[in-house]
Amino acid sequence: MAKPGKIRYQPLNLGRWIVWGATTLVMIVLPLIFTEGFTLTLMSQIGIGVIFALSYNMLLGQGGMLSFGHAVYSGLGAYFTAHALNLIGKGSFTMPVSLLPLVGGVAGLAFGILFGYVTTKKSGTTFAMISLGIGEMVFACSLMFPDFFGGEAGITTNRVIGQPFLGITFGPAIQVYYLIVAWTLACMAAMFAWTQTPLGRMANAVRDNPERAEFVGYDTHMIRFLTLVLSSFFAGIAGGLNCINYEIVTAENVSAARSGGVLLATFIGGAGFFFGPIIGSIVFFVMVIAVGAMTKAWLFYLGLLFLIMVLYAPGGFASLILMHIPVMKERLMNRLWLPYAGALVTGLVLLAGLVSVVEITYHYSLEAATAPEMALFGIRFDVTQAAPWGAAVGLLLGGFIVSLFAWKAVGRAWAGIIHTIQERSA
Amino acid sequence: MSNAIELRGVTKNFGNTAIIRGVDLAVARGERHAIIGPNGAGKSTLFNLISGRFPVSRGEILLNGESITGLKPFEINRKGLSRSFQVTNIFQRMSVFENIRCAVLWSLGYKYSFWHRLGGLKDANLRAEEIMESIGLKRRRDTFAGVLSYAEQRALEIGVTIAGGAEVILLDEPTAGMSRSETADAVELIRKVSQGKTLIMVEHDMGVVFNLADKISVLVYGEVIASDAPQNIRGNKAVQEAYLGTEAH
Repeated sequence: MAKPGKIRYQPLNLGRWIVWGATTLVMIVLPLIFTEGFTLTLMSQIGIGVIFALSYNMLLGQGGMLSFGHAVYSGLGAYFTAHALNLIGKGSFTMPVSLLPLVGGVAGLAFGILFGYVTTKKSGTTFAMISLGIGEMVFACSLMFPDFFGGEAGITTNRVIGQPFLGITFGPAIQVYYLIVAWTLACMAAMFAWTQTPLGRMANAVRDNPERAEFVGYDTHMIRFLTLVLSSFFAGIAGGLNCINYEIVTAENVSAARSGGVLLATFIGGAGFFFGPIIGSIVFFVMVIAVGAMTKAWLFYLGLLFLIMVLYAPGGFASLILMHIPVMKERLMNRLWLPYAGALVTGLVLLAGLVSVVEITYHYSLEAATAPEMALFGIRFDVTQAAPWGAAVGLLLGGFIVSLFAWKAVGRAWAGIIHTIQERSA
Repeated sequence: MSNAIELRGVTKNFGNTAIIRGVDLAVARGERHAIIGPNGAGKSTLFNLISGRFPVSRGEILLNGESITGLKPFEINRKGLSRSFQVTNIFQRMSVFENIRCAVLWSLGYKYSFWHRLGGLKDANLRAEEIMESIGLKRRRDTFAGVLSYAEQRALEIGVTIAGGAEVILLDEPTAGMSRSETADAVELIRKVSQGKTLIMVEHDMGVVFNLADKISVLVYGEVIASDAPQNIRGNKAVQEAYLGTEAH
């Protein structure tokens, strides 16, 4: 309870400290355990993606602005970082490489001010359409101004410049990774802090009820504008890190595909929660990089995942996690383990069936002429024969049917839990 | 200067239809002023004009002697006028406390700050607690506004309206849809929170109107046909014919 005369407005959130501490620890330790380059590539990309998606969620989740052109700010930030890096290389500009993402941030912020004032005049569909238009415009510019954008080849750069500081040259990928970790943690903390400020809270207010916000003294246009400008700053930092990480910036960085990707990641993770985009980025880049390394069909799987999330879990993974908190508090999780195990096993069968059908189809349509043989789950077979097709379709259908039963069981367990919780609270 | 609100020849057309036809109205500072009239008389439209939700077609509106004609809602609010809505208009997905805190931030000067931590704003938090106390929603502090009962939402609506400390308060049908006992509570609440302020309210419940108002204006078909003390309105022939005759008890 609050002491008299001293009202506590926010409960001391021990859970919050644990989550932040654990996140930091995982980011630092993981590359030391999985030392192959692949993990580092993936983790670096996830770190950058987390900044980008969180900045996007300042618009979508916090401010209710659905943007189709957020890559404009990260991409332009990346280009400016590349040019700054090249200037440092030539000796006509000095700045430590570790602080270079700030150049991207400031560039993002500047373009946020330039474009944002117009885009944020209206919310809703108008905002979405204008953001799409500006995205296309900037992408078109990338071909119109080859001196700045480098045309189709893009701008290449070299991050290993100047004197090593404490032995840090940013040559090895691991050093860049830890730079990304530092920036990711700083940006995560800053963006979380923003949600706890008057502007951050009023962005929520404008998202939920712009009219009322106007009648308590707030200019909704100004709220949206400032939110977008700050969001662009963080997007620019993500762009700057991207430039340092890959040492090349191409028009893809400002493309609609990039803007769509961050929307996908944010939505899959859950736009309604601060940590949603973090989960979303992890899932997204595991799909893009890890699944992408395994199969040509990765984009199909990503699209399917997005579709399933939109249909069955519109609150994203974050909402799926959070819905279990009241169940844990009521100590009713034991009722879920068995149905969940059933759903997992049958779900894996369904997934195996789905993957088989998709992979065989891809192989058949792309490579059957030259190599009719393929391997899946360690089994070699000829895709021009009927048997593998029959097995795959059978697995898919069988998996689907048993999954239906498993899902029914999960639904029953949940209905029972909700009933119990309601009875206890009544 | 003694008038908190003054309307001079205010007219509002929607297309070719005149909804408000040359309204002149003066509300003295510290007065509790009720606007009554049959459905469709333009009472809510009048509120929307005064609060800047709609622009006027013609005429002038003065707040404390200063023209506010053509200003945006937030500009008018910053000059010390706050309004409630007939259909509850609060931040549904925020807690009661957050709703009220959002409504006090601007008036306490925090504006668009992203360098203050909300939890550390002692004045804003204390003020929000006080407002919650005065509207009787303290025990609902952390409840989402959207799941409050109807009467509680109406109380919160008033809370959000008065939280910024505006000198002029417009309440649009604050007791509509309430039971008898809820209405009695609402009247007491309105009396309390409008203490020392200028109150203009649109209200259908004549009990509430005659109980609260120092002065009543009768709006019929977009025109003010009478503006007087309650006892004189009761006796006014034109008013009885146009409106009260059928509804007065």
